[in-house]
Order: sequence, then structure tokens, then C-alpha cells
Amino acid sequence: MIQSDLNIILPEIVIAIYAMLALLGAVYTGKDKMAGMLVWLTAALFVAMAAWIGSTGSGENAAFGGMFIDDAFSRFAKIMILLAAAAILLMSQEYMARLGSLRFEYPVLIALGAVGMMTMVSAGDLMTLYMGLELQSLTLYILASMRRDNVKSNEAGLKYFVLGALASGILLYGASLTYGYAGTTQFSGIIASAEGQAPLGLLFGMVLVMIGLAFKVSAVPFHMWTPDVYEGAPTPVTAYFATAPKVAAMALLARTLYDAYGGVVGDWQQILAVLSVLSIFLGSIAAIGQRDIKRMMAYSTIAHMGFALMGLAGGGAFGVQAMLIYMAIYVAMDIGAFTFILTMQRDGQPVTDIRSLNNFSNSHPARGLAMLILMFSLAGVPPFLGFFGKIYVLRAAYVGGLTWLAVLGVIASVIGAYYYLRIVYLMYFGEEGETLDPPRSPVLWSILMASAAVMVIGVINLFGIEGIAQAAAATLIK
Amino acid sequence: MTVMAMAFYLFAVSAVIGGLFTVISRNPVHSVLWLILSFISAAGLFVLLGAEFVAMLLVIVYVGAVMVLFLFVIMMLDVDFAELKAEMARYMPLALLIGVILLMQFGIAFGAWGVSAGAEAAREAVTPTDVHNTAALGLLLYDQYFLLFQLAGLILLVAMIGAIVLTVRHRQNIKRQDILTQMYRDPKKAMELRDVKPGQGL
Repeated sequence: MIQSDLNIILPEIVIAIYAMLALLGAVYTGKDKMAGMLVWLTAALFVAMAAWIGSTGSGENAAFGGMFIDDAFSRFAKIMILLAAAAILLMSQEYMARLGSLRFEYPVLIALGAVGMMTMVSAGDLMTLYMGLELQSLTLYILASMRRDNVKSNEAGLKYFVLGALASGILLYGASLTYGYAGTTQFSGIIASAEGQAPLGLLFGMVLVMIGLAFKVSAVPFHMWTPDVYEGAPTPVTAYFATAPKVAAMALLARTLYDAYGGVVGDWQQILAVLSVLSIFLGSIAAIGQRDIKRMMAYSTIAHMGFALMGLAGGGAFGVQAMLIYMAIYVAMDIGAFTFILTMQRDGQPVTDIRSLNNFSNSHPARGLAMLILMFSLAGVPPFLGFFGKIYVLRAAYVGGLTWLAVLGVIASVIGAYYYLRIVYLMYFGEEGETLDPPRSPVLWSILMASAAVMVIGVINLFGIEGIAQAAAATLIK
Repeated sequence: MTVMAMAFYLFAVSAVIGGLFTVISRNPVHSVLWLILSFISAAGLFVLLGAEFVAMLLVIVYVGAVMVLFLFVIMMLDVDFAELKAEMARYMPLALLIGVILLMQFGIAFGAWGVSAGAEAAREAVTPTDVHNTAALGLLLYDQYFLLFQLAGLILLVAMIGAIVLTVRHRQNIKRQDILTQMYRDPKKAMELRDVKPGQGL
């Protein structure tokens, strides 16, 4: 029994063992001098694992008596998580090295965090859910305060830690109430215990578990930490926060709601709808006043999470498919946007003030154009990829009978377009001012260009992810 | 009321009181002591449930080791707790309001609370029978919950890495003791006898 179970979690085992070996290897050899190499090695391993999971995974396998589920849905999320984390690692090397905070623990922590995230999306039990969540969160707390000498970075880590602990506490309370009602922590047992009605114990448990997970995806009103943590953490870490963990938390939310609380769909649908509408409006409106581009991106993340939740709120296999497609497109866009932020520097110092982009495209036309495409895409302007993501979730809301939500979503996305387009305006029509440095790293430049190219080329067939996402969603909805 | 029920209420109430005073007591050392009371009460509750091993773990590991360490840390930390408390007092009314509302909601829900028909059976189905509970715990932990056990290990590893990453500093320009160079130090090279003629320096 154990043999076949271990086979199912082999990708996680490989990454965990790699992380431990890398840690030991680096400690006994060059320490921080090994960091650069480890970053590349970890990224290569992530890509290899993603390819492996994508090519060999098939069917639905449950390991450890149903605690760990490997199905098309979890594989889709895992591939997304691993590729996003690999891209972030490549992006971060040059930037972290320049700040002097590229330490060999950085790739090791990201690898361990990846194990946590992969466990999260495969959770088939409330305990597995919690273990994965904590493993991932703990690495994030440390990464946020990676720049030890920077007060803001420390503040970000501490704030995230304290609020994250509170959210975990609430989630655990919900889990224990659910256990109290169902007598089991396994998702299959919980859904069987609902018996087609909405018992109080299950409802209270579900609401509290949802609060804990909403905190992780930074949905309003549990978003308070997001702008401060995004601003304070080193920029590559911020990019990491905005991508892989969000995918993991969103996929976990979908899995928990359908697998464990699938018996009370109507009850969580309305909660998701409210979270979604609050997130898109707050994200769109609060971003307008921001001067710091990282804070702006934090609010942008909140708004995008609102849209992804809208897809989920729509319900059904189509809703889950819309959410998965939206998350995939969002991750591609955010990697591009954060790569651009990483290249923003003046006299070798990173700058995050939006006004420093004044007249940017005159001196750097290629990067300006790439950012223009990414911003249009984030805003959801038609010819670009971001538009198709929005169309999907809006359709999911409409199909699910939440027409009001779809209408409000359109309104909020028009409001939100303002701050994305303001950046484009500043870059193209801003006043003459000091310009930013040319990019130093060819890696960053190529990731930025690739991401912008994806936004344009992807519109042809969305790289075929529609079909894969559909198959993934179908395994979740039974 | 049976002795069991009496003991349950005694431990439950003292656990809650201990938790409350951990948060509100003025002196942080007192807070730690209240926390210890809370842990001991929880250990009592575990004994009532028939889980002696977990109860003993709680007393030995938490009360005996962790809390004593905590006490040392708090005594050594130079934090103005009074100031923190003042900050807390500012938000207290709102926090109390939310707390009371939550409590009332749970109170209302408690009247209609119920458990699923199969809950009791499902709860008992996991535990191996015919063995004492330390053995049962081991059977579950290393067999059925193997994955969770390993994940917990990874979490602790991350916590350890984190503590080192965030606190250890390798200072460059300080003299460190290198035991090997001390041991292999050659007295012949370290000391040299010179014949100094009177009236002349070296």
C-alpha cells in the first residue's frame, strides 16, 4: 500500500529531497556563493517536474486513504504553480544579488514552499489542507522579511506572520467545527455527512474555513495585509506572492468548496459572490490613489482575485474552468508586470514611484511597448489575453444566474482600467523628466518580452488551455 | 453531576480563564504563568478523554520545556509591554463588540446544534482497538497519517531555516577561536630565542 501511495506523491518527494540536499550542499560548500547556481537549478527542477506531471499524470489517484488526491484538477494547478515559481526564480536572481540578499536559503525556501503548495491543491482531508497551507505560509513569512536590514521588509514579514496566524486560527476553528459535525476530516466523509441539507455545524465550519482561505487569496474584507506586505517585501518576493501562492490558495478554495462542502453549494455561492464584488470594487477604486507601483499591483491583485472568485461563484464545471483559465492568464500577466517593475531602476537603485515612468517610452521604446501590452491586458482591453479571462468569468457568473454580479464586474473593470491606463499615459505622454536606467539583465528583458508576446499570440487559441482546464474542472465537479 | 462532569467543568473553566488572563494581564511574566495554567487544564481535559499520553506530552513538552524557554525570552526581551497594552486598549471596544456578536451567534446556533448521524461511528472508526492509547497513537501517526507526519517535519525544517536566515549574522572582522590551528601550533615556530648583546637592541 505504501509503495503505491509514495508513487503518487513522487513529484513532491523529489522536490522535498532536492531542497534538503541543496540546503546541506550549500552549507558545506560555498554558502551564499552557491545561491546563483541553486536558483537556476531549482528553476530547472520545477520546469522538469511540471513537464513530468503534465506528461505522465493520468486518471484520478488517491493516496494515504484519500488524504492526498492526484487528479486532472490538481495536476493543472501544480503545473501552473511550478512554472510560475520557476519564472519568479529566474526573475529574482539579478535583483536579489544586487541588494545583497541573494542567499542560498532563498531557492531552498521556494522549493519547500512549492511542496506546500502542491500538497494544498491535492488535499483530500482538512488535515492535509492545513499542513500544506502552513508549509507554504511559513516560507512566505520568511521570504517577506528576507531583507533583514530593511525596516519595511521586516514589518512586512511580521505583519504577514501575525495576521496569517490569526487566519490559520480561524481556519482551524472552522475545521474543528466541521469535524465535530461530520466526525471525520476527510472531504469524502464530510460531503457524505451533509445529506442534502445544510446542517448548522457544517455551515459554521464552512464559513470559518472560507474566511481562512479568503485571507490567503486576499479577498476583501480579509485583504488588509496585502498592500503593506507587497510594498515591504523585496520585489521578486512580491511577484512570488502575487502568483504561485494565489493559484494554490484559489485551487484549494475550489477543491474544499466542491469536495468537502459540495452538499451546501447554495450557501457558499452567496458568500463567494459578496467576497467577489467587494474585492473587485475595492481593488479597482483604492488602486487609483496609489503612488507606489507595488502597492498599486497589490490592489490590482485584490481586484483580479475578485474576478477569479466570480468564476467560482458562478458554480458548476464551467465556473471552475473559468477560474482556472483566469488564474493562468493572470499569472502570465503578473509575471510580465513584475518583471517590468524589477527593471525599474535609477542609478542602480530600484525605484517604485509611478511618476518615475514619465516619458519612459521615448528612451526605452521596446520595454514601453511591452508594458503597454501588459497594462492593456491587465485592464482587460479587447485584443489582448486579459480580455478573454474576464469574458470567461463574466460568462460563468451569467450562466450561474448571477447576472447582477457580471454587470457589477464590468463596471468595476472599467473603473480599474483607469489606473492601468494612467501608467501607459505617463509612459507615452508624461512630462520630460529623469529617465530610468536601461535594463541590465538579459534574463529580465527576455521574460518581459516573452510575457508581452504571450498576451498577443495567446489570443489565437489561448495555447489550448481551454480544453485542459475543462478536463480539470470536470474531475472536480462530480 | 458526576465526578467526571465536575472535573470537566473545572478544567474547562480554568483553561478559559487562563487564556483570558494570558491576554489581559499587565505583567508579561504573569501572562506566561497564566498560559501554563491553561496548558495544565488542557492536559486535564485530555486525561478525562482517556488520552494520557497526549496529556503527559502537553505537561512535559509545553509546560516543562517550551514555557520555561518562553519565560526566559520574555525576561530578556526589552519590550515596553505597557505601551503595547495601551495600543490594545484603544481597539478594545471594537474587538469586544465583534467578540460579543460572534459569541451571541454561536450561542443562538448552539440551541439547534446537532451532529451527523454517522459522526460518532466515524470518529471511533479511526482508532485502532485492543491497544493502549500510546500504541494506538503510534499506529496512526506512523502508518495512516504518515504523510501528515512527514509534512509536519518539513514545516519544522522550514521554521528552523527561517530562524537561521532571519537572525544569524556572519561577522567578518572578528577573531574566532580555531581549535585545530591551536592544536597544531608548532612551538618551535611560535617562539624564537635571540641572543641580545648588551647595549644593543634588536
